[in-house]
Amino acid sequence: MENIKYLFRNNVRQYAMIIALVAIMAFFQITTGGILLVPMNVTNLILQNAYVFILAIGMTLTILAGGNIDLSVGSLVAFIGALAGAFIVTMRMNVALGIALSLIAGLLVGIWQGYWIAYVRIPAFIVTLAGMLIFRGLTLTMLQGLTIAPFPNSFQQISSGFVNDFFGSAGETFNLTSVLAGVIVTVLYIIGSLRRRASRTKNGFENSSVSLFAVQIVAISAVIMLISIWLAAYKGLPIIFLIILVLVVAYSFFTTRTVPGRYFYAMGGNEKAARLSGINTDRILFFAYVNMGVLSAVAGIAFTSRLNAASPQAGLGFELDAIAACFIGGASAYGGIGTIVGSIIGALVMGVLNNGMSIMGYGTDIQQVVKGLVLLLAVAFDVFSKKKAR
Amino acid sequence: MDSIILEMRNITKTFPGVKALNDVNLSIQRGKIHALVGENGAGKSTLMNVLSGTYPHGSYTGQIVFEGKECTFKEIGDSERIGIVIIHQELALIPYLSVGENIFLRNERARNQIIDWDRTYLEATELLKLVGLEENPHAAIKDISVGKQQLVEIAKALSKNVKLLILDEPTASLNEDDSENLLKLLLELKKKGITSILISHKLNEITEVADAITIIRDGSTIETLVKGKDEISENRIIKGMVGRELVDRFPKREHKIGEVAFEVRDWNVFSPINPERQIIKNANLKVHKGEVVGLAGLMGAGRTELAMSVFGQSYGVRISGSVYKDGKKIEMNTVRHAIDHGVSYTTEDRKTAGLNLIGDIKENITIAGLKKVSPNWVIDRDREISVAETYRQRLNIRSPSILQKAGNLSGGNQQKVVLSKWIFTEPDVLILDEPTRGIDVGAKFEIYTIINQLASEGKSVIFISSELPEILGMSDRIYVVNEGRIVGEFTREEATQEGIMKCIMQSSGEGGDGKH
Repeated sequence: MENIKYLFRNNVRQYAMIIALVAIMAFFQITTGGILLVPMNVTNLILQNAYVFILAIGMTLTILAGGNIDLSVGSLVAFIGALAGAFIVTMRMNVALGIALSLIAGLLVGIWQGYWIAYVRIPAFIVTLAGMLIFRGLTLTMLQGLTIAPFPNSFQQISSGFVNDFFGSAGETFNLTSVLAGVIVTVLYIIGSLRRRASRTKNGFENSSVSLFAVQIVAISAVIMLISIWLAAYKGLPIIFLIILVLVVAYSFFTTRTVPGRYFYAMGGNEKAARLSGINTDRILFFAYVNMGVLSAVAGIAFTSRLNAASPQAGLGFELDAIAACFIGGASAYGGIGTIVGSIIGALVMGVLNNGMSIMGYGTDIQQVVKGLVLLLAVAFDVFSKKKAR
Repeated sequence: MDSIILEMRNITKTFPGVKALNDVNLSIQRGKIHALVGENGAGKSTLMNVLSGTYPHGSYTGQIVFEGKECTFKEIGDSERIGIVIIHQELALIPYLSVGENIFLRNERARNQIIDWDRTYLEATELLKLVGLEENPHAAIKDISVGKQQLVEIAKALSKNVKLLILDEPTASLNEDDSENLLKLLLELKKKGITSILISHKLNEITEVADAITIIRDGSTIETLVKGKDEISENRIIKGMVGRELVDRFPKREHKIGEVAFEVRDWNVFSPINPERQIIKNANLKVHKGEVVGLAGLMGAGRTELAMSVFGQSYGVRISGSVYKDGKKIEMNTVRHAIDHGVSYTTEDRKTAGLNLIGDIKENITIAGLKKVSPNWVIDRDREISVAETYRQRLNIRSPSILQKAGNLSGGNQQKVVLSKWIFTEPDVLILDEPTRGIDVGAKFEIYTIINQLASEGKSVIFISSELPEILGMSDRIYVVNEGRIVGEFTREEATQEGIMKCIMQSSGEGGDGKH
């Protein structure tokens, strides 16, 4: 039972944030008279915040590696948007090729910034502050203050398209494909959990009690099914939702289950000790920023697609949304603590706050004040709970 | 005037689990140079920190009486205000500020909070003249030598109307000329009526300038030798410093020593901060299978630098020399290479360089050999847990769970986690740097037992410690390191504390290289 106790204690922060998210959602569900969780609004919530989810994943890695943030991602989103506009709209390039080139551009920017940060060891704050200026400036130069639009329909599909309903006929309003996908994921999840439990029992490790296990399975299955049914009730599975899902699963697996993923935590926890344990910490840091460059490009493409335009003002303040999502989600500003899922929850908290307050009729002015206070409270909660534990 | 300027009575200071000072008494005569000697960790620095107010009144028991008045310092500022100034081994100067600015730091020559620069540099020049330092007061601290910096510290103390000057190992990082100058200055200041307390390991300097010598051992004052009354010689002082009985603090071990397993030849290392400064000079050492080799020496002798530069070049620049393992020359340019060659190093500073304190026990144990439980780079969680559980039991890490954070463990248990981490990499050669520093006696015994166990499995152990009794109790053979050189080699039978101490003292400042 001791291990279970520690497992819980080490993850208190995440449970607290899930509870907070549910509470915030309940609050807005009531104050908006039920509009918040209307199927159409849930879909919108995902589409609107797609870029924050994607950026928060990358930002989690840079923060894990030692509390380093990346201030350039907002400018990079705009820059990649401008590039995609130049490739696809101005040069009439094939959409897939245009996207591939834009992703490569993100990779190159990541290599550029990663080099200065990891190998020259210029503080990430400085390098990415410089990047923020450089890429915003390049965007303005490329666009000459104008907006490039419109993009071809296939490009727009990334952010506003839905997976075809293979079962429903044209007139039907309920999307069976989405429900079926939900069922498949739920079944896979249950099989996975059962196998993990069986393997632990076989190896003679203690497991959580059967009732606790059952509650966990039921709760998570219910969440998966609810989401899929809710999406089905509107237009089905958004394509961008699938992209985000794949990224979350892949990066969660990377950080929690692979050797290099563990190195991120080791380095953020104590870089000196990590280096003396044979970890090439320069390489880890480098990878964090290369990865951030690529994910910024993904976010840039997603955002440009949603806007259906490459705008010089795109991505303003995105870096702050992503950073706030990570810290609300429990990442430590000193590195070594944080999870992908936590940052996604943090992004959701902010997204729901934005959305709920917009529905209630509060402008961005008040929204910013509230988001700022939530960020401060979330981190203060960390500090207090740590002090209490001592 | 009263001839006793300072009296410390019945000072006792405890840290969690350790009694650092036990009923210490010290009385200092006005206008004299009083030396304080003792082994590393004997309590000298703690005593001076109590005196200066670094440890505030109330955190210790006992009385401090300065010039007839009892003192209850809450912070360093309080002691400085009445004329007690301490100069620490790590100088408290700001590198990018000028000499003059540093001298008057926190004591600025100012009117209404506005600094009078003319007065600052005028007075700075006078103070520099007083300490015999010919240097432009506008020069930045980073641009002058350590010896001159030391003098700036003293000038700074004089600017505060110092009555009692405390110097903690002032000559440790100085060359011979600078040391000589500093000692002369102390005698000079004595003529002006300034009392000094001098903490030093260099007994020749102490016998040269001190009027009285107090010996501290294991947190207690042992004796005070007064010039002209008692015999003052290096031998006499060493006897006082180490004269504790060696009880059975070390587990017994059968010594089965095999062939040479690991050898370092002609090893030279330069400082990464100042690539002109040579830190390790032509070191040669070897370890046999199943042997525990001690590296004795004072703090700062270069043992850690030697070990870390060998271990994947983790320290130093312009490294030259060769390393042989089982008779074959090996290259270890990175820590990864070192681990792959079966060499491991546990750091002297487990908190800042040995452990991920916010990570749990399990993660800390597997980190250096993570690939062993990770087929295809994917961590096998069950295997990782098994490994951690095995080591928790084998090394008796006292914690209810392997998911406990390493930062919440006691020093002894943290050290066991560090040892587990390195034993898990299956090394043939283990370099253990101060493995028992700051841990209690019981845990020390357990660590010794683990070391003996490793040796009896045929592994080679290089054991670095600043505690001589420990070195003597554990080692089959001992190298003495001083000022970056290996200055002596003793077998288990030949080695005595007095012998090693003498070897260190005699080699101090003599330069040259090689063994004798």
